[in-house]
Amino acid sequence: MTHRFSARFLAVVMAALLLTALPALAQIQSVAAKPATAAKPWTPPKTAEGVPDFQGVWTNATNTPLERPQKLGAKEFYTEEEAAQLDKAEAEAAEKAAEGRQTEPGTAADVHYDLGQFGLARYQAKSIKNRRTSLIVGPEGRVPPTLPEAQKRQADRLAANRGHQFDGPENRPLSERCIVQGHEGPPMLPAGYNANLQIQQGPGYVAIMHEMVHDTRIIPTDGSAHLAPSVRQFLGDSRGHWEGNTLVVDTTNFTDRTAFRGSGEKLHVVERFTPTEDGIRYQFTVDDPSTWDKPWSAEIPMTKVDGRIYEYACQEGNYGMRNTLHGARTTEQEEAVKTSGKTE
Amino acid sequence: MAVPAAAQAQYRAPRTADGKPNLNGIWQAMNTANWDIRPHAAAQGPVLSLGAQFSIPPGIGVVEGDEIPYLPAAAAKQKENFAKRLTLDPEVKCYLPGVPRATYMPYPFQIVQSAKTIMLVYEYAGGVRTVYMDSNSKAPADSWMGWSNGHWEGETLVVDVTSLNEDTWFDRAGDHHSDALHVVERYTARSADTLNYEATIEDSKTFSRPWKISMPLYRHVEKNAQLLEYKCPEFAEEVLYGPLRKKPLASK
Repeated sequence: MTHRFSARFLAVVMAALLLTALPALAQIQSVAAKPATAAKPWTPPKTAEGVPDFQGVWTNATNTPLERPQKLGAKEFYTEEEAAQLDKAEAEAAEKAAEGRQTEPGTAADVHYDLGQFGLARYQAKSIKNRRTSLIVGPEGRVPPTLPEAQKRQADRLAANRGHQFDGPENRPLSERCIVQGHEGPPMLPAGYNANLQIQQGPGYVAIMHEMVHDTRIIPTDGSAHLAPSVRQFLGDSRGHWEGNTLVVDTTNFTDRTAFRGSGEKLHVVERFTPTEDGIRYQFTVDDPSTWDKPWSAEIPMTKVDGRIYEYACQEGNYGMRNTLHGARTTEQEEAVKTSGKTE
Repeated sequence: MAVPAAAQAQYRAPRTADGKPNLNGIWQAMNTANWDIRPHAAAQGPVLSLGAQFSIPPGIGVVEGDEIPYLPAAAAKQKENFAKRLTLDPEVKCYLPGVPRATYMPYPFQIVQSAKTIMLVYEYAGGVRTVYMDSNSKAPADSWMGWSNGHWEGETLVVDVTSLNEDTWFDRAGDHHSDALHVVERYTARSADTLNYEATIEDSKTFSRPWKISMPLYRHVEKNAQLLEYKCPEFAEEVLYGPLRKKPLASK
């Protein structure tokens, strides 16, 4: 994919990992803030079958954090002036960071992971302008508190792995094992880089393919019933139907390892895809009675990108797992030698 | 194209809303090509403890003319591959199967077709490829599933696949190729619920001439047929990382 770097569009791609409170990130002139009652009679392009045409390659990269910074309270939108100021501050910070990262080739300091070298840094990505203060909508703008049973589930999981994080592949995160990356969801969140997805439609189906890890949800739009409850999948089981121009997708049948923000297998996601003149308005509502005491919703705009999605062959190129485990075994052997040396 | 008088009349598939043969659906090959694309008798499988559950079923073969025209060095390499197939076969490691093997893996695949693009989604390992119609673009780099450009020739979807890497096999028997592989696929509806699939293989570093495989593909007609998740990376972890564990698995 071509990642465009332009001073005008400097924006920060929200890494799916950065879901905790952050200092306010750059906000630029809103496109999403068009009044809901716009009088222009725009109709979306349709497929040959007569449903809205979402096909193409899209990005959901965004400069908006999932959760609203605490200090903003109930403020759901920045003003245009505030957005412009934040945009400017973020651009300056990115430039400074880029300068600061310049290191002498051949030195130890030069050995670092710099996404900017590969066009993958946040400021190099195309993203849609958004004046929201958080992706989560509503006055709270934050994920509801986690229920005690979910906290216990999470704590138990961490405790079981403590001291064993490098014992074997099962002790590593699903993303390191190339099983799922996490951002695919559903709900779909922006990936840390290359936040690209492709939508393909055929009669009675909408297929959504994420660049990472080439996962494809093929969603029937006939409102058919979900899979039997005994069949659990990492991406769940999605069923869709049309409400006017909006594609509504209902997903259940998640595994208990999917763990979206600590959720369990009762996770239930409802997504809405609505075509707009700027792209797609993507909304989702998440509920899981074993994790949160109420549902919560968020909205992420999507914009088209040029070019094809390239193959992300995760499993095939997973040197990381081999090296991680090999490194752990080597460290243990070195420590064993040291210890046995001491007792002699 | 002139059709001999004795030949069967070409089946005419129902059309999509944009007037093209409708190949949408969930399809699967019903043969033993994934074991061995050449004609082969039944034989002991590679894992003795699985006995008759996992031995090699026989097949009449899918190679037209039955012979794969290997160059001498490549023929020798195939025999080596076969001898070491449990460690070398990319399928064991849950690696993407490439083209054409993805078509005849023992798992369904789905064709999601629209005017400008046709997406082929494979249940095995979540493989996927998009065929861009009326495109002659070139891939920027090799990949496991290649770069597909397609066009219609009457009733037939013709897919030109280039930039395939050298790491896939044609089957579990060690049939292989180089990075010079070029595949041209032809998908033609032959009845309401079957397709005819052909793939012409060209690779001057491995074969002395182009050769062809062909087979029917069968539609999944059961109500609510769907592709399910076959995320196999974790099934390959013991094979790939077993020796790197802190403690060996208690039981395998």
